[in-house]
Amino acid sequence: MSEYNAPLRDMKFVLQELAGLEQVSQLPGCEEASPDVVDAILEEAGKFASGVLSPLNWGGDQVGATWNDGKVKTAPGWQGAYKQFVDSGWNALSCPTEHGGQGLPRLVSTLVEEMWNSANMAFTLCPMLTRGAIEAIELRGSDELKQKYLPKMVSGEWTGTMNLTEPQAGSDLAAVRTKAVPQGEGTYKVFGQKIFITYGEHDLTDNIIHLVLARTPDAPEGVKGISLFVVPKFLLKADGMPDKENGRNDVHCVSIEHKLGIHASPTAVLAFGDHGGATGFLVGEENRGLEYMFIMMNAARFAVGLEGVGLSERAYQRALGYARDRIQGTELGVKGGGKVSIVRHPDVRRMLMLMKSQTEAMRAVACVVAAATDAARCHTDDATRKQNQAFVELMIPIVKGWSTENSIDITSLGVQIHGGMGFIEETGAAQHFRDSRITAIYEGTTAIQANDLLGRKIARDGGQTIKGLIAAMRKVEVDLSTHNDDELAAIRKSLSAGVDALEQGVNYIVATYGSNVQAASVGSVPFLKLFGIVAGGWQMARAALASKQRLADGSGDAAFYKTKITTARFYADHVLSQAGGIAYAVVNGAAGAIAIADDQF
Amino acid sequence: MKVLVPIKRVVDYNVKVRVKADNTGVELAGVKMSMNPFDEIAVEEAVRLKEAGTVTEVVVVTCGTAACQETLRAGLAIGADRAILVETDAELQPLAVAKLLKAVADKEQPNLIICGKQAIDDDANQTGQMLAALLGWPQATFASKVVIAGDKATVTREVDGGLETIELSMPALVSTDLRLNEPRYATLPNIMKAKKKPLDTHKPDALGVDVTPRLKTLKVVEPAKRKGGVMVPDVAALVEKLKNEAKVI
Repeated sequence: MSEYNAPLRDMKFVLQELAGLEQVSQLPGCEEASPDVVDAILEEAGKFASGVLSPLNWGGDQVGATWNDGKVKTAPGWQGAYKQFVDSGWNALSCPTEHGGQGLPRLVSTLVEEMWNSANMAFTLCPMLTRGAIEAIELRGSDELKQKYLPKMVSGEWTGTMNLTEPQAGSDLAAVRTKAVPQGEGTYKVFGQKIFITYGEHDLTDNIIHLVLARTPDAPEGVKGISLFVVPKFLLKADGMPDKENGRNDVHCVSIEHKLGIHASPTAVLAFGDHGGATGFLVGEENRGLEYMFIMMNAARFAVGLEGVGLSERAYQRALGYARDRIQGTELGVKGGGKVSIVRHPDVRRMLMLMKSQTEAMRAVACVVAAATDAARCHTDDATRKQNQAFVELMIPIVKGWSTENSIDITSLGVQIHGGMGFIEETGAAQHFRDSRITAIYEGTTAIQANDLLGRKIARDGGQTIKGLIAAMRKVEVDLSTHNDDELAAIRKSLSAGVDALEQGVNYIVATYGSNVQAASVGSVPFLKLFGIVAGGWQMARAALASKQRLADGSGDAAFYKTKITTARFYADHVLSQAGGIAYAVVNGAAGAIAIADDQF
Repeated sequence: MKVLVPIKRVVDYNVKVRVKADNTGVELAGVKMSMNPFDEIAVEEAVRLKEAGTVTEVVVVTCGTAACQETLRAGLAIGADRAILVETDAELQPLAVAKLLKAVADKEQPNLIICGKQAIDDDANQTGQMLAALLGWPQATFASKVVIAGDKATVTREVDGGLETIELSMPALVSTDLRLNEPRYATLPNIMKAKKKPLDTHKPDALGVDVTPRLKTLKVVEPAKRKGGVMVPDVAALVEKLKNEAKVI
């Protein structure tokens, strides 16, 4: 069975040539992330991913987390790996230094998280959710809440969860019914049921800190009446430690779900207040819970996008290993040749290149957005911060929606390359396919991402931000045209057509969104895909330009740079070339979906 | 007590090594480099001795190009206290390295040197032995267990017939075998601290060592490809082939 190897060469290329690690490490607060330290971090994270997390992935899928009488037992090896993970300090990588974290830039944690996701996504969800909970308390929690909970959550001694969904409140959080009754002094009694709570119960730590959306008795209807609460599994003693004897809070795991994938990540149904009420502490002010959630939403959605990147890379490595080993048939067009590895077959090569080129494009886009996140947070110039923030917000639905939808196709190709063996669980390819399926659903389905993209990110500013981005893409087109090179010319041609298609889509949305929102929305998911494909093409074109430059300098690894240009060319020919067709559907495709009568479906 | 740990930057053990087209050596351009795995075991052992309170300072040292700093930082991230780079772009052979390390040991005066038994690139298995001889110190090679008590080191060695336990007076040199320990994963805080630990650089000239190679590499080639096997009908045919084709009997 193939072992995961962190793609350090490509990661370093993206950091250096596309995302500008050098500039990020000069931002105030990011100085620790000098390129040599980042190299060392990525090396060691790669070792940890391959040596500790990856070997548990398959067993985790097969055995899964198990529930018995309110207690959840994590999959074999999980406890040891979690302890090693937090003892090594990885949990604190991007957490704020005030509470014991390392405060490393998002650009660095992006690649480290990609590795964790490649190696073992079901495991990685636990620290990812803790990170979200930390952020909520950090952003809006009182000093007391911060002091009590943050240091132990940052160190990983306790984990965190996010409790949003209820049976009747999925994408529509306005329908949340969980109640919080004030008891004075900032404490509340919480009653209700939450579902789909990732790592809502487990045996990894002494305490679990639940963040819960609920309504106070006199709260207004809808989204404006939802508040956010901290509900610990064990209430704390005066010394700050969980009160194991008398402090068991009234929140209980009544079952865990049986799922298509991520079997080792316990997805809990949590019952609050079945025995008198769970004690909760208000975060920030009453009725502003959803607003707080939205502040964290960008980070959470970005993190799910990285799951898509990680799974795609993992599936590619597995498929590549198989394609090299599996001998089947003779080479097309070669008379009298012997049997060959399937990697010699043109269609297998095409599939491998689809996996490789799209994964590299997704990684590049994610890293460029991560670098902008750091600039939006740390840059000294106000206007630069704002500009970066606008870019980040525009791109979050792409990193989330495009990378995760792609990962389903890419992991599916991974199964396909294995032929019949891909359909057999023991091969391992099927797990990546099953695990990937959830990523396009949770933290907002692709349609939710696309709605956000059209409404808040494009229509609201009349397309101003995205038109700025299109101008940047056109500049790359011009740079490409200054080279007298067949490969770069082919890339330029495809990029040019792709950017035209994107612009066409944007113009349609800006013109239609206000007057006919339904028509614009039929094309929203196709538009998200179009935007993702073109953004990926933009980054691959930049990668090709940078590689061309390195080859001209004669510096470093020529084989890598040549392969990068070939990969960018493949992406331009096979993926970016689809842009025109999708733009057609965006602009012309509304009629069919809207016109058909409901009873004719 | 001070321990000196010589380490070497080598092609990572995961990399499939390729011979250069002109047969002058192996391809190193764009190849992932790491600390020699036996040396990682040596650093781990020294750091464990420090954690146990037996040792007060662990110094890692290497000889080679400026890029070797990265390897030294990896040793510092495992837990060494400081690092020394003997910087040179020259080709270094085991005897030259042993002489450079002797000069460093003369300056540093460690009580114990722990090094990997061999490096996975050239597999020479010479530097440790030569260094001990140059220093006039006792040596225990291929260690699978090391116990320090007072000024004695008791070392269990992996020898052909099994295990051999010997006692050495310190200062002494120990070279590590695979089963001595399992190196830890460096923690994130230690990786970040490693950047701030002292790293001194010396030049071979300043140490008074002539590193000119004594051996000349004539040619580096891939091992011959194995030919496919054949089934022989009987023992007589096998003997005939061994005699006349393979010429081994």
